[in-house]
Amino acid sequence: MSALVLIVDDEPAIRRLLRTGLAAAGYRTIEAVDGGEAVAMASRDSPDIVLLDLGLPDIEGVDVLRTIRNASAVPIVVLSVRDDERGKVDALDLGADDYVTKPFGMAELVARLRTALRHRLAQDGVLPVFRSGRLTVDLVRRVVRVADREVHLSPREYDILTLMVANAGRVLTHRAILTKLWGAGGDPQQLRVYVRQIRQKIEADPERPCMILTETGVGYRLAMMEQPEEETE
Amino acid sequence: MTDSSFSDRDGRPSPDALLKSAKRDARGRLKVFLGAAPGVGKTYAMLAAAHQRLREGVDLVAGVIETHGRAETDALLEGLPVILRRKVEYRGHVLEEMDLDAILARRPRLVLVDELAHTNAPGSRHPKRYLDVQELLAAGIDVYSTVNIQHIESLNDVVAQITRIRVRETLPDNVIDQADEIELVDLTPDDLIQRLRDGKVYVHKTATRAIGHYFSPGNLTALRELALRRTAQRVDAQLLDHMRSHAIQGPWAAGDRILVCIDRRGGTALVRYGKRMAERLRASWTAIHVDAARGAAPSGIDHDSIAETLRLAEELGADIATIPGTDVAKDVIAYARANNFTQIVVGCRERRPWWQGSISRGVIAAARDIPVHVIGISDDVAKGASIARHQGPRPGIVTYLGAAGAVGAAVVIGMALRQVLNVSSISMVFLIAVLATAVRVGLWPSLFACLLSVLAYNFFFLPPLYTFTIDDPENVMTLIFFTLAALAGSNLAARAREQAVAARDRARTTENLYQFSRKLAAIASLDDLLWAIAYQVATMLNVRVVILLPDAPGSETLALRGAYPPEDEMDDADMAAARWSWEANRPAGRGSDTLPGAPRLFLPLRTAKGPVAIVGIDRAAGGTDTRAPVLTPDERRLLDALGDQAVVSIERIHLAEDVERSRLRSETERLREAMLTSISHDLRTPLSAIVGSVSTLQSFEGKLDAEARSELLTTIADEAERMGRFVANLLDMTRLESGAMTKRQEPVDLGEVIGSTLTRAAKILGHHKVALALQAGLPLLPLDAVLLEQILFNLLDNATKYAPPGTTVTLRGWSDRAARWVELQVIDEGPGIPAELLERIFDKFFRVHAADRTGAGTGLGLAICRGFVEAMGGMITAANRSDRSGAVFSLRFPNLSEQSS
Repeated sequence: MSALVLIVDDEPAIRRLLRTGLAAAGYRTIEAVDGGEAVAMASRDSPDIVLLDLGLPDIEGVDVLRTIRNASAVPIVVLSVRDDERGKVDALDLGADDYVTKPFGMAELVARLRTALRHRLAQDGVLPVFRSGRLTVDLVRRVVRVADREVHLSPREYDILTLMVANAGRVLTHRAILTKLWGAGGDPQQLRVYVRQIRQKIEADPERPCMILTETGVGYRLAMMEQPEEETE
Repeated sequence: MTDSSFSDRDGRPSPDALLKSAKRDARGRLKVFLGAAPGVGKTYAMLAAAHQRLREGVDLVAGVIETHGRAETDALLEGLPVILRRKVEYRGHVLEEMDLDAILARRPRLVLVDELAHTNAPGSRHPKRYLDVQELLAAGIDVYSTVNIQHIESLNDVVAQITRIRVRETLPDNVIDQADEIELVDLTPDDLIQRLRDGKVYVHKTATRAIGHYFSPGNLTALRELALRRTAQRVDAQLLDHMRSHAIQGPWAAGDRILVCIDRRGGTALVRYGKRMAERLRASWTAIHVDAARGAAPSGIDHDSIAETLRLAEELGADIATIPGTDVAKDVIAYARANNFTQIVVGCRERRPWWQGSISRGVIAAARDIPVHVIGISDDVAKGASIARHQGPRPGIVTYLGAAGAVGAAVVIGMALRQVLNVSSISMVFLIAVLATAVRVGLWPSLFACLLSVLAYNFFFLPPLYTFTIDDPENVMTLIFFTLAALAGSNLAARAREQAVAARDRARTTENLYQFSRKLAAIASLDDLLWAIAYQVATMLNVRVVILLPDAPGSETLALRGAYPPEDEMDDADMAAARWSWEANRPAGRGSDTLPGAPRLFLPLRTAKGPVAIVGIDRAAGGTDTRAPVLTPDERRLLDALGDQAVVSIERIHLAEDVERSRLRSETERLREAMLTSISHDLRTPLSAIVGSVSTLQSFEGKLDAEARSELLTTIADEAERMGRFVANLLDMTRLESGAMTKRQEPVDLGEVIGSTLTRAAKILGHHKVALALQAGLPLLPLDAVLLEQILFNLLDNATKYAPPGTTVTLRGWSDRAARWVELQVIDEGPGIPAELLERIFDKFFRVHAADRTGAGTGLGLAICRGFVEAMGGMITAANRSDRSGAVFSLRFPNLSEQSS
């Protein structure tokens, strides 16, 4: 059965668009027009994924997010505006799985929803070998290859990369990476230096990265690129 | 300087000392050439030093040089740039004074100013030259100056004792103490006398008489010793400073603390002695006055004298204290013990009434282990009396007439009782008259009554009657006893009266102060407060008051902000004094040290942060002597008390204003925030819908059924339109604000415009019913049809946003009978507008329920309506329906064409 998406947005025009677009992409949808309704429907209708607009009339979007997250582990993708970096970071740190910036393309939105859903399913069993484009990471043998060429990473670089692999396709906030690997005392500047080094080693053009993407003001995202092999499977 | 500030036990430089040297760096540096007597060559030494500096390339000028025609000195003046002196005319004489302003304008590195102790001509900015010098130093200009030892305040008495000449021009010690360098210009007495004989010493004409005595070898030796000692003290102090700021440990003087007891008149000698002693011992010192409640309060002159003495002590660097008490000696000792004083200085009066116990003896008896220094002092009454006073009305002739009347009454009563009482008993009647007079009108009238009584008693009652002779020796005794009883009684009664009057005055003052503070606490606006302060000061001190404040917060320009009696301008001299007082945070103007020529006295009301206001005082009957102080020390104290309360209140209001300002600022912030949120939301939402719909069509073309496709296309069309409206609104607003709006006002048929608006708004009105009620025969109005349509459209748009679907929106239009104006109304059946927001809904970016963005507009529509309506000379108002919930927007346009035709 196709996944059930809970759409939370106060703008009728946006709801109508999402309803139509997601239906075309094969999802079932239910709609909430404000935070209160969203919280109620999230627990009553157990949606497979929540698409949450941060600017709601009654309750702050992040508060809705916190309430839903406290009650369940349902994937949550946040709809946000371009200049609200703070809100995005807060939402991600509070447990949102990803965000999409308005105005958005329907294909991108659907891709994000799919990634979020897949991660939720694959939570327990990480695949032993990760592939994305020319990048291969063998998590068992701790080998990183770029188009069959083995790349040597320092232990810290490898840790950062595997964290990204575990969350491939999703954005990781600076803070999330730092607390995971450095504990409380991490320095964003330090992280930036490591990421630059990793890019030097795995990107074809480190100035224009296509593996580790920068989400300005928010964090990093490891690109999930379709591969010819997968296509054939 | 207490030894607690030597806190360098851990070997670090004391912050105080470092601060002191840093402070000096910002100011100009003062170098003083100190001499023991005139003629030792101070000016010569100064000029020689100046030439040295000139050769070093220092930019220096001579401000004032007194060469007294001496050839060597004159020769040295050659080649020095000189600032010409200012000519001051005073009572027909032309006096020359240093031109302070010219020097300040010229801003040299160094100025030569001879004779630091000089008294300036009346009408100068400062009465004393050292005050001019302080202003130069404050402006960062270095000064070289000269002083003779006899001019130093604390040595004044000593020099007078040695030479028997009291020098009138004195220099406060702290001026010398604050000098950065002192150079002693020394000459042996023999050489000086030789120079005197050679005619090389200038002697003022008036002093020629005393000259022989003054320049005796003994005097000169004593003066020379004073100068040497003073310089040595100074060098010592510098060494201390140096040791402290470089954290050099050293044996410090044991912490001596000196207590100087001030008592009635003649305390200045004690204070000067205390100062010298404190310097010698490097001790801290305190001047104390015991305000003895016993007996009569000190006479006015004594009282002022004490206040002046305490002020002198403070000027010389003492702490001052006034403690209440009954037994002066005991209280002084108790205070000394409680505060760890190690030495006590008391005065011993030369002439002192035998019935008064000697305080010095009492102190010595009680002091036990504390050393007591007893200084012989003379009652320098003249000095005390010279303090000008404004007293209450003196007992006038009326009081004496009253006294005479009382005695007359006694005579009449005595006559009536003569048959019943014997002669001695009748004296009691007179005694009553005398006592009554004393209680009612005071001592002098009662003494007068006493005299009259003696005469009348003798004349009317003691045989032989109607003569001033007495037969019976017994009656002589009666008369004598009567006289003594009457004198003693009237003295006591008068004293009791004085105390009662004083107590009443004090109670009234306290009550007034209390009322004042209560009144101030209730005032919320600065202008009211200033008025209240001015009124209170004016009525309590019986003076005229002006209050000046900076004209805006943070501004340096003073403006007259309050006055009682009301006044709205001040002359330039007053303004200059007020400015100076504000900048220097010190009193200025009449009776003070600075600009004494100004008609008013200006006092800063100050807090720890600096002055907050300047109070100007003068008296209605000001008198001509501008040098006389405006206030007595008592009045100054009262003014200080009033000022303290006033400052607290002014500060309170300033604080409240600050809070209000920051509230406004955050309000503005909030508005900007709202504006940004509004614009970003209102542009982005339709944009998101359009982009999303288009991308859906692109990505899922094949998977969309016909219904879904049409829904997406409708979304695109609707949202594009919505965005178009918003952009149009933004453009309208921009045009309004930039003043670039062009309007074409032509006679317009309202019905026609309403019709076209309804057509244009058909889409947004889809869910509402529209009712139209236009009065027939509305006049044509000279309006811009495009703007009017936009106004109506915005009002309809607004109605559909807030009124629920299915309700009716009513459009009404009518004019008055004479067709002077036309009113249009847009009425909805929505929830209406909260009463408190009725005015604000026309504000830009204001929205009712700002947080609720459901269907809400941009916050621009109504603002644009108002802008357009007003641009066309109309008026727009918002109200709520009285018959049911719902909002009413009314437009009223005047029918200008009707009037002009």
